[in-house]
Amino acid sequence: MLNFILSRSMQSIPVIFVVITITFFLVRFAPGGPFDDEKSVEPEVKAALEAQYRLDQPLFSQYAAYLGDLAQGDLGPSFKYPGRSVNELIATGFPVTAELGLYAILIALCIGGISGVVAALKPNTAQDYVPMSLAMLGICMPTFLLGPLLILVFGIWLEWLPVSGWGDLPGDKILPSFTLGAAYAAYVARLSRGGMLEVMSQDYIRTARAKGLPERVVVLKHGLRGGMIPVVAYLGPAFAGILSGSFVIETIFQIHGLGRFYVQAAFNRDYTMILGCTVFLATLIVVFNLLSDLLAAWMNPRLRSQLGGNQ
Amino acid sequence: MSEMLNSTSEAQGSTSSQSGRVDSINEYEKGTSLWSDAWLRLKKNPLALTGLGFLVFIALACLCTPWIAPYGYEEQNLLLGASPPSPQHWLGTDTFGRDLLTRILYGGRVSLMVGLIATSVALLIGVTWGAIAGFVGGKVDAVMMRLVDIIYALPFMIFIVLLMVVFGRNLWLLFFAIGAVEWLTMARIVRGQVQSLKEQEFVEAAISIGLSKWAIIRRHLIPNALGPVIVYTTLTIPSVMLLEAFLSFLGLGIQPPQSSWGLLISYGVESMEEYPWLLIYPGLTLTLTLFALNFLGDGLRDALDVRASKD
Repeated sequence: MLNFILSRSMQSIPVIFVVITITFFLVRFAPGGPFDDEKSVEPEVKAALEAQYRLDQPLFSQYAAYLGDLAQGDLGPSFKYPGRSVNELIATGFPVTAELGLYAILIALCIGGISGVVAALKPNTAQDYVPMSLAMLGICMPTFLLGPLLILVFGIWLEWLPVSGWGDLPGDKILPSFTLGAAYAAYVARLSRGGMLEVMSQDYIRTARAKGLPERVVVLKHGLRGGMIPVVAYLGPAFAGILSGSFVIETIFQIHGLGRFYVQAAFNRDYTMILGCTVFLATLIVVFNLLSDLLAAWMNPRLRSQLGGNQ
Repeated sequence: MSEMLNSTSEAQGSTSSQSGRVDSINEYEKGTSLWSDAWLRLKKNPLALTGLGFLVFIALACLCTPWIAPYGYEEQNLLLGASPPSPQHWLGTDTFGRDLLTRILYGGRVSLMVGLIATSVALLIGVTWGAIAGFVGGKVDAVMMRLVDIIYALPFMIFIVLLMVVFGRNLWLLFFAIGAVEWLTMARIVRGQVQSLKEQEFVEAAISIGLSKWAIIRRHLIPNALGPVIVYTTLTIPSVMLLEAFLSFLGLGIQPPQSSWGLLISYGVESMEEYPWLLIYPGLTLTLTLFALNFLGDGLRDALDVRASKD
């Protein structure tokens, strides 16, 4: 198991390195410098600016210097917000995005997990069809449609909840969190239903029932553990999806989080911000994929004993 | 307890798959295929058939738009302005007095085209890549799949944003960019399929009776892997369309004067308080189309008896 953890973790390092390299060169090859359209800037000032951001140096030494800074955890200065570093911008934006993402994941796991298991216990009955139809709706309804519709109904027509901001008014976190979590709740519901259905038809469940265990114990102790493996393995991709989903949610609900900074940076051609955010987000995604893989492997007894046997 | 087991669709699925496999071998010799069998099963699924019917309807309507659209695409009626649905304008008009139904039909041409072309790109790359990795195995497989993992870890947003900036916001580039993101899952599915098929007894049997490698690929691997590929293709189209809409919503996808459902939704959001129909009808069209594709995909999965591995 330790070998598996180590080798799987080591695999992540080149991934992160490649992400940094590709992003760096793609960003640098994009035409149009960040200071090109500021006509009022004098040539000398522009030269000084470019020197400050190392744009006058050859590409490869820019890359080497960037890697050097990165090794010290420095993501560089922002082009568009003078005097502020990318680290500072991430430090202001990320806690908001992290909180939003956390609520969304919790909503996805609670609503999705419970309805998936409930559906799997009585397949092909109303108890199955109703939650699964809702899940299908959740998958087909894009976030950027669900969000405005919820705003329209609960914010504007019913006036129950605030429609923008984050932490400014009571209840303003409800709509964005729910909107972001809804699609993932749908996927989690389908995955946990599928996982539970498969597990509940296994021999060891029949054995557990034959032992005379109460159904509650069979489901919660024996069924859930195996049935949730697909959900746990899905957590990594879900995490990545929630991060990019936050781009849209934060734009719709006017939340000043990392997702909104990122979209603005793309429009502003704020190279260092794009680069810094990409490196930061990609590293997070790689780490979460790793964690969700490890957790899923640990939960799968067949895989665990196989890995243990290899040592 | 046995009722419980029999009532799960998975249990039924596995028994029918065994008999189905035996049948398909016999039928293969007779010249009839498991495809006609699958069509018979699909015909019994009302949801999938409704989905198929709806898709044919939408596709035909979008295909014939230039001839059947009640108004011109850019035909403005500034005196009328935004008007709710009426006998003249079935779905109302936007702020320029342009007919919404016409615009939805024209937008559908782009949305559906993105769905089909980008999915074809994904299909082509993914199947080739996955089949080679799965069949050759060993080091080649490890390198190829590591590459897939690396690309998986890259936040696709930045690629599409940067490609759009570098090459201009080009429709073909969007196809390519989305296709280049979506092939990864296809590659993983095909690889897993080929790998597990290679280990199956019937392939071992084929090897033991001295069938050539090519005959094994042609007779056993391709027909058996085709089901999942078809099912996943049907399910990729909606996710591609969602991605296009997501990008267009952020202003990074389809650019005006061209239109797509994502773009229409983003216009609708801007004025949803005053003119909610501008949000609701494009949203409804997109959601219904995605619904239809997903139901058809699920129906095909049951009909082709693809074991649900993804969800």
